[in-house]
Formats: sequence, structure tokens, C-alpha cells
Amino acid sequence: MKLPPVEYEAPTTVAEAVDLLAEHTDEASVLAGGQSLIPLLALRLAHPAVLIDINGIDELSGVSATNGWVAIGATTREYVAEESGTLADAVPLLAAALPLIGHEAIRNRGTIGGSLAHADPAAELPAVARALDAEFVVRGQSGERIIPAAGWFEGYLTTSRGPDELLVEVRFPAAGPGTGISFQEVARRHGDFAIVGLAASLTLTGGTISDARLAFAGMSDVPVRAGGAEDLLVGEAPSAELFDEAARRATDDMDPPADLHGSSDYRKKVAAALVRRGLRAAADNAYERQ
Amino acid sequence: MTVDITLSVNGATRTGSPEARKTLADFLRDDLNLTGTHLGCEHGVCGACTVIVDGRAVRSCLMLAVQAAGSEVTTVEGLAPDGELGTLQQAMWDSHSFQCGFCTPGFVMQATAFLRAHPDADEQQIREALSGNICRCTGYQSIIDGVLLAVERARQS
Repeated sequence: MKLPPVEYEAPTTVAEAVDLLAEHTDEASVLAGGQSLIPLLALRLAHPAVLIDINGIDELSGVSATNGWVAIGATTREYVAEESGTLADAVPLLAAALPLIGHEAIRNRGTIGGSLAHADPAAELPAVARALDAEFVVRGQSGERIIPAAGWFEGYLTTSRGPDELLVEVRFPAAGPGTGISFQEVARRHGDFAIVGLAASLTLTGGTISDARLAFAGMSDVPVRAGGAEDLLVGEAPSAELFDEAARRATDDMDPPADLHGSSDYRKKVAAALVRRGLRAAADNAYERQ
Repeated sequence: MTVDITLSVNGATRTGSPEARKTLADFLRDDLNLTGTHLGCEHGVCGACTVIVDGRAVRSCLMLAVQAAGSEVTTVEGLAPDGELGTLQQAMWDSHSFQCGFCTPGFVMQATAFLRAHPDADEQQIREALSGNICRCTGYQSIIDGVLLAVERARQS
């Protein structure tokens, strides 16, 4: 369908955007790459009175590395992040997930901040952010807040960003030596939303797992960490038996959603397979990087 | 509300005053009368409306016309301005790539942008690059054949 009538604002600074958000709050939607918001408008699932287009705010775009963190501006397009050497070196898990987002034409417009603010639980970036404990920087008229990924995703398409706040930057910790990663997903076609996705990261210190991170996409109304499996892995040496047990622990008490692409049981089985596969690939990758 | 915009379309400077809610696709078709760009699903799934904006393939149904202000847009009409088919178009023609033609402009624009960046693409890369475009006639094989033939011909010339 055609989009409903809507007012349009195109601020050129964060301060202007924040003032507009304070003025319109719930009546406004922030328009970044538009690859999720425009369909929501076309399908009448979103009814904003005003679109605040932040594409013209230059300070919101770019990738920079400092003090063990990589900061990505909210309107950095996914293809730009995909082509960033800084990101490929420092946050390989994110780099592995990026090519799986939608299709090329989607990544040419879609933004890192847009996907994370949209917070689709089946999308790749929320799982990566949750796995790596990314930090979300939001700005409102009363100043800046930093929200950890554990507190960012509140529910289906819902984050803890206030209606008068703008997501300006997302920070990912750089991977240290001995950290291996893998992003796994099962989807109907390349580029489709994952039926189940898994962001996995393992750090090996002297042959023992010193840090383990597993986050699922598509298993709940938010991206979820598999804390029990992570606890099991730390302190152990990688082995097929260990990974089998981790897969069981990661999925045993899960109750994933069912839809026409798969039942809840099917999703659980796929998730367990992805944990085994992801841990094996992450361990191999960690050996290479040691 | 309407917004005054100026942009380049197929090399020519164009101006307009689209409503803010008007997509680039509707602006091209309704305001500029460039109906070569087709609209299938109107929510970013089918790829029929793909055009090239500032060198990159985008879905013109997922971009507002006002957002294209100052940009360089190429539509399927811009590929053969003199009426002579380009290498890709001719290769697709020779491979009987299309049947009804509805998805054609989207596939051609997506493949055009992709081959510019990856002139030596192999079949797997081409399949992936075109995976966001839907065709309900051909079963895709003839489309892939056409793009592969274009790669081959460009290599030989």
C-alpha cells in the first residue's frame, strides 16, 4: 500500500533531532535507513504523525576504534560496516553477521542503529549486540545515557530508549587474542530472517575456555543469552561431548515461538544443532587466532 | 505536506514537489513518468522497484522521494538511452531470461549494480546477489544464465 500522510522533518544536528523528539515524543518515528519502518508504514502497522529523518546528520555516521572498543554511529549503513577493515579486525562476530542481513539492496540503505533500535528478535544484529554486551548511547534533552545490551531489548520491537531520546552510537568491545567467533543461522532463503540464529564467541587461554558467549535470534521476543551453557563451557577444554552438553543446556528450558516456518519443537532442535555447529566453528577460529 | 526537491535522474536534472510520504518509486513513475520501474509488493520484499541511487542498488519503494534530493538516480530507462541494449540487457535477451517482464527492471538494475562491483562474479555470487528479487515465471535459471553470459561476453571484449 501507499504510505499514510505524514509530516516530515530532516534535522542536520543531533541537538535539533533531540528537540524535535522532545516536541513530538510518541507521535514521532525516527527514520534512519527505512528498511523496516517504511514497510511498517505501508502495512499500517505504524502510525506516526511525524517522521524525523536523521540521514542528514553527518555526525551520526562512521566507525571508529578507541581503547578496546569500536564505536559505530547510529546511521552507519550496513554495507559501510560490512566493508570496514576496522570492524572486520576488531569485531569479527559483527562482521560475520553483517552479510546475512537481508539482501544487498537492503544493506545499501539499512543502518546499524536502525536495526538495533527496531529490535526485531529474529534479526542478526540484536543477537550480536547481546552476545558481546554492546553498549547503546542515547541522547535526550537531559543529556546522554549509556544502556548495556542486557537492558536495551525489552520486548518484541521494543527497547528501553525513551520516546524523547535518540540512539546515537553503539559500542562493541574489540575481540582479544584467542577469541574465536561464529555466526550461524537457518533461514528459508539467503537473506530471509533467520528461523533460528546464533551468535557464538569463545576465548581460549592455554587450551581452556576462559570466556563463552552464546546469543540466539528467533527463539524469543528478544535476543536471548544461553547463560547456563556459557557457565558450563568456561574452565573446560573444547570437546564434542562438552559442546553436546552445552547444546542441551542452552535449549532445554527454552520455549521458542511457532510460526508457519517452524514449530516450537523444530526451533529447539535447530537451536541445539546451531550451538554444536557454532561452538565447533568458534573453537576452530579461536585456535587460528591464538 | 510537500517538499521541493532537485535530483539527477538518468543524467538529467529533475525537480519536483512530492508529498513527504511519496516513495521514490511513485515519484519516478507518477511525477517523472518513468514507468519502467515496477512496483510489486510495495514493502521491500519483491525487488521489482530496484533502482541505482548514488551507485548502489536500492529499493525505491523503501526510500522516500525527499530522501533522494541531491542524489544521482539511474532507472532502467537510463541503461539504454540510445535504444541500443547494453551487454547485460542483450545477454539476458539472448538467454530468454524473462517471460512476463514484470520483475525485469528490478533484476536488471540489481544485476547492473552488482556486475559493476563484481565484473568476474561466479554463479554462486550471482545467485546470492539476485536472491532478493522475486520472479514468478522463470524459475530463475534463465535469469542466472543471462547474467553469466554477460560476464562471459564482458570478459571476452
